[in-house]
Amino acid sequence: MKELLFRFLIGGIAVSCFAVLGDIFRPKTFAGLFGAAPSVALATLGLTIVANGKLYASIEARSMVVGAIAFFLYAVATSWTLMRFRPRALTVTVALLPLWLVSALSIWFLCLRHTA
Amino acid sequence: MTIEVNLSVLKGIKAHEYAVRFLFGGLITLLAGLIAKRFGPSVAGLFLAFPAIFPASATLIEKHEKQSKQRIGFDGTMRGRAAAALDATGAAMGSIGLVAFAAAIWTALPKHPAVLVLSVATLLWLAVSTTLWHFRKLF
Repeated sequence: MKELLFRFLIGGIAVSCFAVLGDIFRPKTFAGLFGAAPSVALATLGLTIVANGKLYASIEARSMVVGAIAFFLYAVATSWTLMRFRPRALTVTVALLPLWLVSALSIWFLCLRHTA
Repeated sequence: MTIEVNLSVLKGIKAHEYAVRFLFGGLITLLAGLIAKRFGPSVAGLFLAFPAIFPASATLIEKHEKQSKQRIGFDGTMRGRAAAALDATGAAMGSIGLVAFAAAIWTALPKHPAVLVLSVATLLWLAVSTTLWHFRKLF
């Protein structure tokens, strides 16, 4: 329980720090870079290295490459939808989250399934 | 276009807006750990690139841009949504940097000190993302 709470706190702090950086920079396209900052990854990999070792963490990082490609597809789809149809940002960003999940799992299944 | 730092923006952000992002960040980090325990590191690694912060950030940018236009007598709805779209374009460039970050850790971590690898990979994310941002008009 203590480990889970610690993980939650570290993740929350890392994400909040990158979020503040995203808030203070202008123009908006540059600030947007911080929306894809490696905040969760830094928190998780740091904890994983301590608990399970570097090899275990590098396996997570290999799959993270796939997750990041899915993030790219998600962000492009979100940007295009917002530009083209101008719906509410919350609606689009949440409605397209399954696109990230499906893309990530599909690419993982095609390229990395044998490594699991 | 020059990059500017505007610290006064922080005064306009409410405590609950910080709390939401803290909560999302904490939950997804927790989730990644639980998935690793249940399904192993190969599946859990996917969630290290989950867009945890992005929906909250884009929504916040839309809201603040709309409010700033409303203060000078305009509706601001469309302006807010355009600002969120620009934020998403930035996130797309940042995600390519995220691919470089993950690939660097994957290849270098087993052979080099962890602190060094995580630091260099973070700088690599920033360098790749910023370079793409500088050359974005070519695409």
